[in-house]
This record gives sequence, structure tokens and C-alpha cells, in this order.
Amino acid sequence: MSPGKDLLITALRPPLIALAVVLAVAGITWADLAPAERATVVKVLTVPRLALIGLLTISALALLGLHLHRVASATRKPALRIAEAIGLIVSGNPAHRVTPQGTPELRAIAEATNELAALRARLLADAQVSIAEAKARIEEEKNRFAALVSELDQSVLVCNRDGRILLYNAAVSALLVSSSQPDGMPALGLGRSVFGLIDRSLILHAVEAIETRRVRGEHESAHFVTASADGRLLRVQVAPVFAGGSDPSAVSGKVTSAARAMTGFVLLLADVTETIESDARSVALFQDLVEATRAAIASIRVAIEALIEHPDVDVPRRDRFTSIVQDEAVRLSAHLDRLSADVSERLRRRWPLEEMRGVDLLSLVSRRIERRNGVTPRMESIDSNLWLRVDSFTLAQALSSLAGRLRAEFSVREVRFRLHAGGAHAQLDVAWTGVPMSSETAFTWQNDAFTLGGEDSPLSLAQVMERHGGEAWYQRDAPSQTNYFRLLLPLASEHAASRVRQWRPSRPEFYDFDLFHHSNATDALDARRLSELSYTVFDTETTGLDPVNGDEIISIGATRIVNGRLLQAETFESLVDPHRAISRASIEVHGITPDLLVGQPTIGQVLPRFWRFAEDTVLVGHNAAFDMRFLQLKEADTGVKFQQPVLDTLLLAAVVHPSEESQALEAVAGRLGIPVIGRHTALGDALATAEVFLRLVPLLAARGIQTLGQARAASEKTFFARLKY
Amino acid sequence: MSKRVLIADDEPNIVTPLEFLMEQAGLEVRVARNGHEVLELAAAFQPDLILLDVMMPGLNGYEVCQRLKSDPTLRQVRVLMLSAKGRDVEVAKGLELGADAYITKPFSTRELVSKVRELLGP
Repeated sequence: MSPGKDLLITALRPPLIALAVVLAVAGITWADLAPAERATVVKVLTVPRLALIGLLTISALALLGLHLHRVASATRKPALRIAEAIGLIVSGNPAHRVTPQGTPELRAIAEATNELAALRARLLADAQVSIAEAKARIEEEKNRFAALVSELDQSVLVCNRDGRILLYNAAVSALLVSSSQPDGMPALGLGRSVFGLIDRSLILHAVEAIETRRVRGEHESAHFVTASADGRLLRVQVAPVFAGGSDPSAVSGKVTSAARAMTGFVLLLADVTETIESDARSVALFQDLVEATRAAIASIRVAIEALIEHPDVDVPRRDRFTSIVQDEAVRLSAHLDRLSADVSERLRRRWPLEEMRGVDLLSLVSRRIERRNGVTPRMESIDSNLWLRVDSFTLAQALSSLAGRLRAEFSVREVRFRLHAGGAHAQLDVAWTGVPMSSETAFTWQNDAFTLGGEDSPLSLAQVMERHGGEAWYQRDAPSQTNYFRLLLPLASEHAASRVRQWRPSRPEFYDFDLFHHSNATDALDARRLSELSYTVFDTETTGLDPVNGDEIISIGATRIVNGRLLQAETFESLVDPHRAISRASIEVHGITPDLLVGQPTIGQVLPRFWRFAEDTVLVGHNAAFDMRFLQLKEADTGVKFQQPVLDTLLLAAVVHPSEESQALEAVAGRLGIPVIGRHTALGDALATAEVFLRLVPLLAARGIQTLGQARAASEKTFFARLKY
Repeated sequence: MSKRVLIADDEPNIVTPLEFLMEQAGLEVRVARNGHEVLELAAAFQPDLILLDVMMPGLNGYEVCQRLKSDPTLRQVRVLMLSAKGRDVEVAKGLELGADAYITKPFSTRELVSKVRELLGP
């Protein structure tokens, strides 16, 4: 039974009971009457009386109706209000409350409803807080991970299953940008396809190999070596990324492992050109050694055996054979000397020397000799800007051993360090005050293997210095009674020092994990939401306003939006030599004078690069029709066609603010609260347009325009769209 | 009539004692210092056996061997390759190109002499 009916019956109950009682009394009385009495009654009920009775009955019914109306208005309206209020609380505004009205029962219902709503609001708020906390935690972890990866020396690329790049670090850009397209255009960027950088078939083959091994429960990574565009050799290691990695049962066991879905892969890249060249040289060197040795020994052996087999050989021959033996032996020795010098030079270069700040090395050494040798270290004069290339471990051992021996044999309590640049090397002095050391002792100390407490090392100071390609010697400054060992150590290359100082503020733009959830492929672009598409926002500057009559592009600037983020680090900017004059009016707008354009690439060179930059994205421009006209007129000449969908922020702004007079970029940006800096350069305008576009997307969504298809349809309907270029 | 041996090597330090050993073994010996000389002498001197070094200036031993074996008038000449190149692939290459035997330097002279006798036959 519905609550409305229920209410009506409750309201009608008293008058119905009264009517029923009256009718019952009348009925019983009628039944109780004798026939004579009944006749009397019928007689009494004459026409006028019946009319009176009828009038009374009608009045009673009218009163009943009035009563019913009052009851209904006292209960139905408040009840409906409660129902509406509940609807509002549930679907729209959880903070809404019912005003208690009407009968006491209804008031009670209203109050109970309000309590329930309050409880619900609290629960919702709690849930929101938990969600926000969880999100913040994930965001923090993501940032920490991205920060970690971006600082790695190892080149790391993370891609989703379709090969879209979700993350890359600075090491990758250093490795690939120089080696990318011959025209120097980097195809590395978030949301771009990794197959533009590394041959698709190689990666797919590696992924297949991984899948095969997974099924067998084996090690899940694969690697291959490929050549970069500029001929360097890259070793690429491919490791899979699985969905739901936190599932503990998924960590081991081949059944669960095979069941996990691979959602992407990580590529670790290394430039192995030098390693491989060096290995090849080593093999060649070895080959050379073997063959030269064999040839020499063959001659020696034949000569010697001839002498042995034929002891009666004549004297000239005997002399000749003996001199052959000597000659070959000498040649062999010389060859071995040359070879061993070469090999040890290579070994020395392969020794793992690290780049380290000189000050850091000395503080490490100081702590060690203080703790282990009981010798007080002192920094006498240190050039704190020096970076060294050292094996810090063995060098610290050598210096600690030296300090220990000074203390044991010369009772030295304090050593002083000095560090300065000296030519191509760093001079590190370990100085002490005291009696002179004989040159024999100094020589012995340099060539004795270290003995460090219990630790025996196979190395001597001389060998450690040899590994560094350095030298060490003992010297004495007699007037000051200062003795010192001077060590010449290699300096780090320039860039090592600068690498540390240089921080990259743009680091967070190197990753976008939301791309993991995207599958590019099949959904028609028109059905995709504006907020999830990738865009190239661009602008051009031109020689004038009339492309049909020969005006040309002189500058193209563009930036990218991926997953609703403007990627400031991924921009395109190029001047173009138009091979024609520039109108005075347009020079006043963009300030590009003809002399700036001499020697710049032609449009035929720039457009293919821009096409690559814009590949797989939706084009966005302010008054894009104008720029597109220029591009389209070049299609026949350059063979480059821009066939992707185009959105125009001018039209979209008109959709959002139809009544505004100006839809010029400056006016739109002003309305949306975007400061415009660097206007009237192609890149500056492209960046401003990108900001405008990002602000327009939610405003369009509020008007029910959420997909690319809807945005294009709405654009076409605006007034401005009817103007044709 | 004694058998004829052509020694083909550019390295005098090994040619001299080899020449002596071959003469002591009763053979008639000539020496070639490079690949082209080998081919000329093979035709002019008509040796029964060539002791062929692989690493020679001009034509190397492999090429010389290939040419000898593809020339109908010379293909019956026995070829014994002597080389400091001792990897199995190099030995295989020599034999594939027609060498009758391949000996890696250094070698025992006694073994060399017996190998020469074996190749020359009775």
C-alpha cells in the first residue's frame, strides 16, 4: 500500500465511522418498527421533509468534503516535501535538510530524515578524506619513483603495451636525442610511440620471448642489441610490467605468473659501442699475439731442430741457423713488450674509476686514518672545486697504510693534506713534519704491498698509482722540515662537475603513468573524451595574410598536451626561410625581419619535422583555419598532409562565451585569467593557446561537450565558423 | 729422379732452415717469396709438392691454393699448408680450398718431413 493511500484512509476514518453509525442506527430502528409504525414513518416522510433530509445530507457531505480537504492539505504537501527533500539529499546536495512541518507524525519523520542525512553526510566526508589521503600517498610514491628514475645514470624508458612512452629520464634523452632522426628532430616524448626510436620488430620479438618464458616460469626479461640512427650500438634490456603487482601470490609460481596480464614494459638502454669496439680490439690483439708467437717459434724450432738433426752441418749454415734463433727470440720479446704495454693500458682504462669531488675523497681518507691509524689528519690547503677520477677504495687503503707506517716507523702523529690542480692532473700531497726519509725507504714503501691491520692487500702504492695512470714520489722541503709524498691523480672530465650542479626543474614532465590506462588503437577519436586525448597546440607566423597569393610561413611553434598536462619541455620551434619578402605590417606584428631568416631551413625541410612532432595527436590552434590553410597549400609541394582532427580555440571560446565581442587570443586569455607572455612569437602564442585550451575543456564539459566529436560539432555551429578563409 | 718441393714463404728465417731440411731429405728445392711467384714457379718448376704459407704478400696462401686447384695443369700438385693461423675455421678453410694437409706453426720438423714423404708417395 502506498503512503498516500494510507494517509487518505487515516484522514477519512472518523467521518466514515460517524456515517456508518448513523446508517446503522437508522437501519436497526427501521427493522425494529412494526408494519403500522413503518407506514407512519413513510407518511411522515413527505416530499418537503424528504427535501429537508436531502439538504441536510448534502450539507453533511459538503462538511465531510471540507474536512477531507483540510486533512489532505495538512498531510499531503509536507509529505511530498519530505520526499522531494530526500531526493535532493540523495542525488544532489547532501547538506540539504527537511523543514519539519504538518502533523506531529510528519514532523517526527522529517526529523528522523534529517538525522539520517546528517549521518550520511559524515560518512561521505570520511570517505572523501580517505580517498584524498590514499591519492596523495600514491601521488607521493609516483613522484618519488619518477625522481629516482630521473636521477639514474642508466637510461630508462617505460612504455605501455602499445609502446606509448609513459616515462623517460634525462639519460635517455641524452642517449637518443643526438641519435634520433637525421634532421635532429627528437621523437622522444610522453605518449609518443617508442617504435619511432627503436625498431618495432625487435621489441615485439623481445616481448614474445618474455611471454614464452613466462609460460615456462623462467626469468622474465630479454635483451637485444640494435644500432642507433647515428651508428652507435645500443644494448636494450626489456623487462615486463604486470597489472596488479601488489598481489603477493603473483610474485612466484608459474601459474599465477602466467595468469598476470602484461600492461607494459621497461626498457633499459646502454650505449655499448665502446665496450663492443674494445672487446673486438681485445680479440684482435689476442689473435695478433698468437699468430706472431707461432710464426716466431716456428722459425726457431725449425732452425734448432735442423741443427740437432744434422750436427755435421757446415759452419756458414750453423751460424745462419743460430742467428735465426737469436733474431726471432729478440723479435718475439719486442712484440710481447709492445703488446703488454697495450694490454695494461687497456686494463688500466677499464679499472672502475669513479668521478668524485676531491674534498669528499679526503674526508673519507681522514676518517679512516683517524680511526684506524690513530693519526690526526689536517686539511692544509684544499681546492674544493677539484673533481678526481679515482678508485676511492684502494686509494683510501693506500693512504691509510702510508699513515699507519709513518706512525709506526717515524712516530708521526699528524699528517696534512694539500690538494691542487697541476696541469692535467691533481696534486695530492700527504705531508708531515720530521726527519727526512731515505730514498731507499721511500722506494720500498711505494712498492711494498699494504698491510692494514689484519687486511692484506695484494697492491702497493705504486700499483694503485699505475691504475690511476698517475705517479707518486717522496720529496722534502728542508727549511720547513716538511716531508711529503706527492700523488698525481687524474682529474674528472669537465661535464662530471657540471652534471651535479645542473638540476632539471622540468623533471615531473618526464612521466605520465595515466597513459597506462589508455589503449590507443581502435576507439574512434570522435568518441574519445577531450580530457584524455593528446594534442599538438601550434601557431605560425607568416609573411602576410594571403596564402593563396603567395604569403608564406616564416615560423612554426608548437607544444604538446598529454593527459590534460601541458608539457613545457616538449616544444617545437623553427624559423623558416620563405624565399620572398615580408610585408611591413606583419614585421610589425611578429618582429621577424628578413635578415633573421636567411639560411634558415625551407618549409620543405621544416614541415616533415613538424609532421613527426604532431603525429598521432589532435591539432589545436587559435584561429586554426588560418594556419591550416597555409599548411594545406604546401601539401602538394612537400608531400606532407596533416590529416588529424583540428580544434580551434577561437571557436571553442565562442561556444563557451557566445555573447563576447572579441574572440582574439589576448581577449580570450584575459577572460580566462591567463597571463600572456611572449606573444607574437609562434611558440609563445602556441603556449598561450595551450593554456586557453586547457581552461576551455572543463567549461565545455559543463555545457555537456565532452568528446572530440561533440566539440567539433559545437564549433561548427558557432557564428565564427561560418566565416571562410 | 728426385722429387721436387716448392717452399712458399715470405719469411727468410723459416725458409732457410726449411730449405736445408728438404735438401737433406733428398728433395730438389725452390723458394717463392710471394703468391704470384708461387704460381709462376708452379708452372715453370713443376713441383710435386708445395709447402704453402698462408700469410704472404700479394696473393695469400688461400688464394694461391684455390688457383692451383682450379688450373687443370697444376691441380695434381700436392699442397701442404703451413700457417700460424691455427683456429679450426682457418684449418677448415684451407682444406676446403684444396690443401692436402694443413700444419699449424710451430711444428716438429721430424713430423713435417714424414708428412712430406707421405704426401709425395713412394
